[in-house]
Amino acid sequence: MMETATSCTPMKPKDYKSGVKPVWCPGCGDFSVLMALTKALAEMRLAAEQVALISGIGCSSRLPAYLNVYGFHSVHGRALPVATGLKIARPDLTVLAAGGDGDGFSIGGNHFMHSCRRNVDITYIVMDNQVYGMTKGQASPTTDPDWDHSKLTPGGTKVNPYYPLVIALASGANFIARASSSDPNGAAKVIVDAIRHPGFSFVHILSPCITFRPEQRDWKKMVRPAPVEATSNPVTAAHRLMTDDNFFLGTLYKGNRPPYQPDLTPVIDDLSSIEKDFEL
Amino acid sequence: MATIPQTGIKPSISIAILGSGGSGVMTTGSLLLDVAGRAGWYGMMTRSAGPQIRGGEAAALLRLSPQPTETHKDHFDVLLALDWLNADRFVSEVDLNAQSLVIGDEGKVMPGAIAGLSGNHFELPLSGTAKSIKGGRINMVALGALAAMIGLTLEDVIKVLTQSLQRKGPEAINASISGIQAGSHIVDSLPALPTIGAAQATGRNRWSITGNEATGLGAIRGGIRFVAAYPITPATEVLEWMAPTLQKVGGVLVQAEDELASINHLIGSSFGGTPSMTATSGPGLSLMTESIGLAVASETPLVIVDVMRGGPSTGIPTKSEQSDLNIALYGLHGDAPHLVVAPNSVGDCVFTTQWATHLAETLQTACIMLSDQFMGQTRAIIDRPADIAFVSGGRQLASKPDVYFRYAVNDSGISPMSLPGTPDGQYTGDGLEHSPSGTPSSRADDHIQQLDKRKRKLDQFNYGDHWALTEGSGEMAVITWGSSTGAVQEALATLRAQGQEVRLVSLRLLSPIQPERLQRALQGVRRILVVEQCHGAQFYHYLRAFYQLPGVVKSMAIPGPLMIKPSDIYHELQSWESV
Ligand SMILES: Cc1ncc(C[n+]2csc(CCOP(=O)(O)OP(=O)(O)O)c2C)c(N)n1
Ligand code: SF4
Repeated sequence: MMETATSCTPMKPKDYKSGVKPVWCPGCGDFSVLMALTKALAEMRLAAEQVALISGIGCSSRLPAYLNVYGFHSVHGRALPVATGLKIARPDLTVLAAGGDGDGFSIGGNHFMHSCRRNVDITYIVMDNQVYGMTKGQASPTTDPDWDHSKLTPGGTKVNPYYPLVIALASGANFIARASSSDPNGAAKVIVDAIRHPGFSFVHILSPCITFRPEQRDWKKMVRPAPVEATSNPVTAAHRLMTDDNFFLGTLYKGNRPPYQPDLTPVIDDLSSIEKDFEL
Repeated sequence: MATIPQTGIKPSISIAILGSGGSGVMTTGSLLLDVAGRAGWYGMMTRSAGPQIRGGEAAALLRLSPQPTETHKDHFDVLLALDWLNADRFVSEVDLNAQSLVIGDEGKVMPGAIAGLSGNHFELPLSGTAKSIKGGRINMVALGALAAMIGLTLEDVIKVLTQSLQRKGPEAINASISGIQAGSHIVDSLPALPTIGAAQATGRNRWSITGNEATGLGAIRGGIRFVAAYPITPATEVLEWMAPTLQKVGGVLVQAEDELASINHLIGSSFGGTPSMTATSGPGLSLMTESIGLAVASETPLVIVDVMRGGPSTGIPTKSEQSDLNIALYGLHGDAPHLVVAPNSVGDCVFTTQWATHLAETLQTACIMLSDQFMGQTRAIIDRPADIAFVSGGRQLASKPDVYFRYAVNDSGISPMSLPGTPDGQYTGDGLEHSPSGTPSSRADDHIQQLDKRKRKLDQFNYGDHWALTEGSGEMAVITWGSSTGAVQEALATLRAQGQEVRLVSLRLLSPIQPERLQRALQGVRRILVVEQCHGAQFYHYLRAFYQLPGVVKSMAIPGPLMIKPSDIYHELQSWESV
């Protein structure tokens, strides 16, 4: 992360809340993600006006309105390109992007790959509930093939799910971690780690949709810390992520690719030398 | 001094140079244009190429005149082919008349389609002469021949050549000079071209520039410092010119993974405070429309340049058409008032892009600028466009907000923006309908207030005289827009020279509509011809839908890819008059 202004007075998580009441269903995993994020910002003492949180569309993408940092609630699938444009133009800011699995891996899937590849210094938080919550319960790219509760896919999708962490690694993400909304403190720690790590950081958060996937309440019993430290070796990481059962938590990969950040220092101060090229 | 055959009221000479890929047609054409420019002439060159990426046939189409010119005339005075390979492809683009000189290489068989054209046919020892020179190239022999035919001096040719071939080293330059000299001696047997007026005095500040470069320059002058885009013909040259230029002025061009990304990159950078633009063509504009609506709803300034090409779908990517007007005006979902502007000449691309930036920034919305392949890829010799300063303007920023309401409802409809980093100015930009504070709201009163606000700021703004280019008087008028303007202007100049009064209105501001201004401009008009390069007459239908047009109105909607000719417009008006 580049140096951004921090506050010298200690900050509390609630200092980062906007006071707008979330529209989420009571018990939705996203409440804990909001909490984890405010904890992370407080821990880093980031000045609220130096942080921008960009989202797409979905239940999870409502997040920006609930924080008092700068926010942008864009359109479905486009959080990452908005965040990328902002960070490139304003490297002084701490730029975060957030959204759901449908937003990030389906309609925004191409941007996910290319954002990993471009490696701009932003942190991307995906609240994965393996369902489209906002449109009332359709299958997403991370839904299991036999989940048959959506009218759109009677008998299940019969299509294998997508493994976002593996894709992130293959596409060049510089930091890959998993957290769970059942452990907001652990999630906050991972988010701090992600923001501090230079380049594109991907934080996959298991965040149950208790309305359309009530069985996901059991996730809290299945998650456990990854047994080993994060690796910086992509080959080792590939092996671990390919054999991962989706429930190991913690920072899993920390790469050392330099972030993409063009130099924005002008080398001329008027346009006459540019216009000269057109003279006959 | 140079002489030009007299045609119509604008004396000019038109030259088509044809050849297969790699023969150097474009180099010959652009050098000839620059030499003519140096000699004090104005002129233009358009390029035509087959669909091949490399090695296809190509044509450089030039028109030179003592007066500024941005349209081709009816016929070419000279057609010179470096070789005849596939030259028949260009038959529909290169009209000739009985006096035209058709020149080919000695001993080479002219294709039937060309042999059947009118004109006087000649052979010159082009390749023979090139072969007699060490390192000689046929296109340099042709350059020497053409320069001599139209009376350009050898010194001028050599000066321009030496400058532009600098990087190739002295050997290449000397071989080229020998080719040019030899070429200038092989034309003695040709009939002289008819005489016209002398070139203007040089020394004036004149430029050789394409519409796409002019668009880039206007953007830079207007303060654009962030561009994100995905390559697409014929907009790519805007990007190619801007990428290195932005680096010099402290900006950046990002090549995005697609147009969905590029438009959203702009939303991010502009939200951060940097004036932002993209350049694309119809297919890219289609992909961007959802997020252009986001820019409108979230009141994020941005400029989208659409260098139009033939459509629908992939259409004819290398040819011009004014057929994206509908999507620019109506392509966004919901009620999404936004700006649509169009430059009317190569030089005007500088002004209009700068203006588009100013409008987008001031009014905090999306501005679509419609240029096209013809204007974008034409190289023209023009007078240096004036420096324009938009004094009152630019983005209104929130300074020290007490309680900051990003979407505060006020009389102007423009609410100050707070840039990230400003303490106490935090808000969430939103494409969801929102209350004045920016909090999502589906309440009827919030929706109506914000709809009104977004429309009001565009309707109340004073666009001044820039809304249109108006010329002339009389009870007959032509209404047109964009690159069709040049052909209309030439047709009207011919009519005026014959004593016929006639008006021109070329709209630069297409949205929001300016009904009162147009009504004033058309006061006393009884007949109107609406000219556009679009099969579906989109412009005519737009005028019919939003404007009260006095008298009888006729539509002249000509599809691409062939350019509208001044004579077509002239005859339409003249025959209309005589009934
Ligand atoms: C272009 C477009 N297509 C479809 C939609 C409808 N839509 C809104 S949110 C959503 C899916 C949200 O799922 P996810 O991103 O997983 O977020 P969640 O609601 O589960 O948090 C869809 C399909 C839309 N808003 N825009
Ligand atoms: S529908 Fe699911 S994801 Fe959406 S708010 Fe309710 S519980 Fe959360």
